[in-house]
Amino acid sequence: MSMPVEHDYIGFSLEVPSMENSGLNLKATELRLGLPGSESPERESSDDNNNKKKKGSAVVLSLKSLAGSGAKRGYSVAIDRKWVYSGNSGDGSDAVVPAAGLFSPTGAANNNGSKCVSGSDSGLCGPVLKEGGASQSPKPVVVAQEQKPHTHGSGPSKTQVVGWPPIRSFRKNTMSSHSAKNDDDSEAKLGLGCLYVKVSMDGAPYLRKVDLKTYGSYMELSSALEKMFTCFTLGKCGSDNVPSRDGSSESRLMDLIHGSEYVLTYEDKDGDWMLVGDVPWETTILWKGITKILQKEDRKQLTLLGFVYELTSPTRQSHQIAILLLMFTNSCKRLRIMKSSEAIGLAPRAMEKCRNRN
Amino acid sequence: MNYCPDEVMEHVFDFITSHKDRNAVSLVCKSWYQIERSSRQKVFIGNCYAISPERVIERFPELKSLTLKGKPHFADFNLVPHDWGGFVYPWIEALANHRVGLEELRLKRMVVSDESLELLSKSFVNFKSLVLVSCEGFTTDGLAAIAANCRYLRELDLQENEVEDHKGHWISCFPESCTSLVSLNFACLKGEINLTALERLVARSPNLKSLRLNRAVPLEALQRILMRAPQLVDLGTGSFLHDPASEAYSKLKATLLKCNSIRTLSGFLEVSPRCLPAIYTVCQNLTSLNLSYAPGIHGNDMIKLIQHCRKLERLWILDCIGDKGLGVVASTCKELQELRVFPSDPYGVGNAAVTEEGLVAISAGCPKLHSLLYFCQQMTNAALITVAKNCSNFTRFRLCILDPTKPDPVTLQPLDEGFGAIVQSCKRLRRLSLSGLLTDQVFLYIGMYAEQLEMLSIAFAGDSDKGMLYVLNGCKNLRKLEIRDSPFGNKALSDDVGKYETMRSLWMSSCEVTLEGCKALAKNMPRLNVEIINEDDEVAPSSDDRQIVGKMYLYRTLVGPRKDAPWYVEIL
Repeated sequence: MSMPVEHDYIGFSLEVPSMENSGLNLKATELRLGLPGSESPERESSDDNNNKKKKGSAVVLSLKSLAGSGAKRGYSVAIDRKWVYSGNSGDGSDAVVPAAGLFSPTGAANNNGSKCVSGSDSGLCGPVLKEGGASQSPKPVVVAQEQKPHTHGSGPSKTQVVGWPPIRSFRKNTMSSHSAKNDDDSEAKLGLGCLYVKVSMDGAPYLRKVDLKTYGSYMELSSALEKMFTCFTLGKCGSDNVPSRDGSSESRLMDLIHGSEYVLTYEDKDGDWMLVGDVPWETTILWKGITKILQKEDRKQLTLLGFVYELTSPTRQSHQIAILLLMFTNSCKRLRIMKSSEAIGLAPRAMEKCRNRN
Repeated sequence: MNYCPDEVMEHVFDFITSHKDRNAVSLVCKSWYQIERSSRQKVFIGNCYAISPERVIERFPELKSLTLKGKPHFADFNLVPHDWGGFVYPWIEALANHRVGLEELRLKRMVVSDESLELLSKSFVNFKSLVLVSCEGFTTDGLAAIAANCRYLRELDLQENEVEDHKGHWISCFPESCTSLVSLNFACLKGEINLTALERLVARSPNLKSLRLNRAVPLEALQRILMRAPQLVDLGTGSFLHDPASEAYSKLKATLLKCNSIRTLSGFLEVSPRCLPAIYTVCQNLTSLNLSYAPGIHGNDMIKLIQHCRKLERLWILDCIGDKGLGVVASTCKELQELRVFPSDPYGVGNAAVTEEGLVAISAGCPKLHSLLYFCQQMTNAALITVAKNCSNFTRFRLCILDPTKPDPVTLQPLDEGFGAIVQSCKRLRRLSLSGLLTDQVFLYIGMYAEQLEMLSIAFAGDSDKGMLYVLNGCKNLRKLEIRDSPFGNKALSDDVGKYETMRSLWMSSCEVTLEGCKALAKNMPRLNVEIINEDDEVAPSSDDRQIVGKMYLYRTLVGPRKDAPWYVEIL
């Protein structure tokens, strides 16, 4: 994979107090739109202060644009099976809709359920995660979290007595694999905590952090992110001398990205960058922190937070930016939306897999 | 007495079905003993080591249904090693060798191997019903044998077993000719299941009344299954996840409208709460609801669900319902008879999920409540006294305060008075589990008032031998006593050794009985097996009689020390 275009990225980030301060036992989870090909080296070099604060399960979402038509072909296929934002706007309490639709295990038949926010009627807004369905491995939405031996760090840790409380071991084992319990105490103790997510964007001079809990729906979050991205692209606009358009910030953004497409990647526990979508949806995406916080909160009845934010240029329907806010299993350490130029190696694989699944 | 032909007596005895009653009948006189034994078809063996299979077969020639229990109750909580015992194979072998016309086998806490399942499936032509509760030792291969060979199988009910799952082919082993299924419960299986085979099985089982699926069955499959089995009375969903806006979900909703026989509902092993409205129509007629494996339902979703269940008689739920939710239960479910509230976060600290408030609300709102299992953060004497006043019908009262020695948080007193009120008020109490800070006083109350008590579970309670003595001397109907981490020693143990022959079993772990005391007891009582379980003891068991015994399990038996004990079990 080629090295990132360093000059596009001034790689320092704005650190907002990470979540551990708010009492979550989660590691700082971050969404970062990072530089292409920016494997750990990039992050380390540019984000020293980040890394120091970061813990193991930081999630990095990097938006990487696709460049070049060759890659594009692959990606359009990849993007087809997308994480479609099914916005149930106004219904602040639920944001799970897309996710639920997305990973119905026999997903092939149920694509009608997922709606495309962008309204694009191109083929790109098509079947959602077919491979998710095809893989036929219905996994719990609240994915199996290992039962960690009690809270790490926060809250008085009770010495566990053998066989106490008297719950059948079958029940204990089933429930512990059902959802991680270890963070409950601290979260409950400190009230609702914050759910800061680091969002980085390719080419952006600094990162932003958003508190997911302040948003009641995907729509709100997407608008907020959009605003953030817009301001970046405006800046970029200047530097790249791309004339900005009147009208929506989306189109501006789209123009700036020169018809590139973004695809989501994540870094798994082996340190490899994987194209999201290769792995069935069910196994990829769960953010235990959000799950648990939100379980504590009545108003956020989420078992999966899946969110895709799509911007389409009116003139170039093939151009979409996908920002996906995901939740992770223990095995998924970071998430990144990669630029196509850096993800070339991944794209053909993705395409093949998509073809196989089809 | 007047002469009455045997056939008439036999006919009369046909109406006596409870094994306790039949046991009593058989003690009246020799002829009644003979008549009873030659007509009894269902036999219940509460401790598989109390008797041998041969003697059971000999006594009951018409045996068709056998219930066996193996490991002691505390095995559920990892206090008993897995290979301690409770093997079913010798029983199945004996039954097969004697050509017993076995039709039903119900096992609890036993070790069941694939070999035993295979032998079972091949040895009894009319075998109809297999119920396994909290068992272990088998894989889905054993289930495949049952499916393939039991031509008239009606019931395969697997409850909370640890099954090694070799994935879903076992369901395909039911032959096309198998159309007799009435009940199928595989909710405890963790692995994939062949959905097509499952659907076809359901389609050719017109008598299917009870179906509990595992997590691997997705919502679309559930819908297809329900289409074929609208007559279901008992349903356990698998995965209940979907996009509520999808067609599949609307289909399910429509299908559920036709399933108006469902009275028992469980499952929701994974769930998206926004799909729950689909079951509201079903909720209206529900008498039994088990959401204890559904942590995905909580808060307002749970409350909304409960509010539809006005006819509920049994409710199993997680403590994330909260005191507030229990208040809703209390005002909605006026027919409630049994309530179990399980902890969703067993090791949670300071998570006041449910407290005494919830229980008080329930007791005030549900006059028919008689069976309770309640895991809570705290309990007060005042609350227990109120509960005792509100509900004097308890037959089973199990309270588990997550912090095992927690006193009344308001008065900082032990909970003696509270439990005392319970036993005094609930004259029909048969089962009691204690927790919280407790002194000898509570045992005084129990000995005095709990006349019908049959099973008592004690943990981290009491001050001295007196406590245990109060119980042993007072509770005439005591059958099972299990004690852990309480300061009872040899004096209490050996005070009335004859008592143990009137009981099924006694378990004491982390108490203060010594080897010496156990040996003395065993010497005097040949019809008791006194087992010392020493699985992680470096010291050889019989080295020092004064050492305190880690785990002791004693039980009455007619067949002497068992031969299948592992190396770390010493039978004195």
